[in-house]
Amino acid sequence: MPQYPNRQFLDFEQPIKTLYEEIDKLKQTSEKSKIDMSDSIQKLEDAIVDKRRDITASLTPWQRVQLSRHPDRPYTLKYIGKMTNEFMELHGDRNFKDDKAMVGGFAKLDGETIMFIGQQKGINTKMRQQRNFGMANPEGYRKALRLMKLAEKFNKPIVTLIDTPGAYPGLEAEERGQGEAIARNIYEMVRLKVPVICVIIGEGASGGALGIGVGDKVLMMENAWYTVISPENCSTILWRSWDKKEVAAEQMKLTARDMKGFGLIDEIVPEPIGGAHWDYDESANNLKNSILNALREIRNTDPHKRVEERIEKFSKMGFWEEE
Amino acid sequence: MKKDEDFDSNLAGGEDENNLTGEAKERWFRRLRKGILTSTADKKETPEGLWSKCPECNYICTTTELKENLFVCPKCNYHHRIGSEDYFEIIFDNKDFTVHYDNIRSKDFLGFTDLKPYQKRLDEIHAKTDLKDSMRVASGNVHGQGLVVAAMDFEFIGGSLGSVMGEKFSRAVDYCIEHKLPYLVISKSGGARMMESAFSLMQLAKTSGKLSQLSDAGLPFISLLTDPTFGGISASFGMLGDLNIAEPGALIGFAGPRVIKETIKKDLPPGFQRSEFLLDHGFLDFIVDRKVLRDKLAQIITLFKG
Ligand SMILES: [Zn+2]
Repeated sequence: MPQYPNRQFLDFEQPIKTLYEEIDKLKQTSEKSKIDMSDSIQKLEDAIVDKRRDITASLTPWQRVQLSRHPDRPYTLKYIGKMTNEFMELHGDRNFKDDKAMVGGFAKLDGETIMFIGQQKGINTKMRQQRNFGMANPEGYRKALRLMKLAEKFNKPIVTLIDTPGAYPGLEAEERGQGEAIARNIYEMVRLKVPVICVIIGEGASGGALGIGVGDKVLMMENAWYTVISPENCSTILWRSWDKKEVAAEQMKLTARDMKGFGLIDEIVPEPIGGAHWDYDESANNLKNSILNALREIRNTDPHKRVEERIEKFSKMGFWEEE
Repeated sequence: MKKDEDFDSNLAGGEDENNLTGEAKERWFRRLRKGILTSTADKKETPEGLWSKCPECNYICTTTELKENLFVCPKCNYHHRIGSEDYFEIIFDNKDFTVHYDNIRSKDFLGFTDLKPYQKRLDEIHAKTDLKDSMRVASGNVHGQGLVVAAMDFEFIGGSLGSVMGEKFSRAVDYCIEHKLPYLVISKSGGARMMESAFSLMQLAKTSGKLSQLSDAGLPFISLLTDPTFGGISASFGMLGDLNIAEPGALIGFAGPRVIKETIKKDLPPGFQRSEFLLDHGFLDFIVDRKVLRDKLAQIITLFKG
């Protein structure tokens, strides 16, 4: 993770930035005056941890949405790099092109070959554009499906890492069948014979997320969100105004805890105090443990039964009343 | 020229109707009950009955005449938006059909409130219309052959996909499997129902799972897309037909035109996201005129059987 002063701070993280600045001042004074100030510096560093804890304890749904989009937050390739060995990235949908917003390939997780697939965001302005802000086009979903079928053919488990503000709403995306691409993925994922684990690691918006999100186990990182539309777009449509996004985030009950409570996800992956961006190693380690646990639970199921149970799992989702 | 629809306001549950005067509202509801909801069409009430003006060519005829013509403009072939009841009557032999699962109703599980509480929205629309939700399921015969039809009602919160649609869709699939019948779904929807948040999103997976079972049972699934079909519908069962067919001129897509326009900051080309555009790009098997829909369906069923 970037170290201060390269670290970026959200509005509610500003008190932490102030503490870092105070540490800076003390260090400069200490250097000039040759007086040892390590005690005071240590106190401030402890205060930073306390502040991180305070912030985590009282996060609003909207703040979690902000955390999920933190510019320093680890993305798919970062997690794959930290969790696995021998990642071999595979490109292209064999049809139109290689979508950089969707990545995938085989890697060794704890010695076992796994197919990893996920949306990828860029880490700087240029990369963000190249990755299209994690918004895949139809060819991205078709590439993901190609890799899933490849994994199925060689009987390898699939892990998807979801982090997208949505599928790309572009003119050419429509021409090439964005809806069809996502629909096909959802349908085919239902039928995959191998174990499928899906993890929302950041943003989980709409069909763009579900397009790689149908699995035997669905996990969410602690500060990720998952729902049918982004809070901003929900605000625009239902409140007819862009600035009700905080309220929309609350009303949609999009946090990991809400989703677990509804039974729409299976497990929450804990994040370091203050969010995943504070410690990439800890984040990746937590994620790895959760994935391995989930795999252990579903690995030995008969493939036919696995598909049946997957269908059953999603069939139960919904609420209604009968007269 | 047809106006691009404002799906957003449709999905928001027809909030605009609240801006109507009492008299206009009354007329609007009478129109609803008549089963003709074309928000784009101009309609005036006269002593002779309701008159309808075609939004495409401005041709004026009585609604009776329009209904006899299956709500297709006699002059320019514009397909007016119609509801589930109309489709059932058009499709099934002797207008004879059995409605299923009409006892399932939406409820506000999340306590969702936008400009008004979701439950209030539901209660209001239940009071205004005979509809329980945005989809109805019926079974009957087409030229003597059995068929199950699930059709959407756009007037119910923009035909939005929520838990009830997902459940009715699923039970209809079970019914098809039990009785070895083909399945037709007529889509007309702005997309997922936001007031049900992630539950509405999960209906995409739920319905796809049921289609997988229908497929394993070797039964045909026909997806008929009508104006408009967007979002979660096109990103799930809408595009998963053994045959994907559409009415002429229907707007069909994943993202709505407004969102695309804002994203690419350009005007959209004429005909964009119309049925004909989708056919050209390879996402439809064919376009079907409403007047031959019944015959075409019978032909499809025969072809799959023989
Ligand atoms: Zn006309």
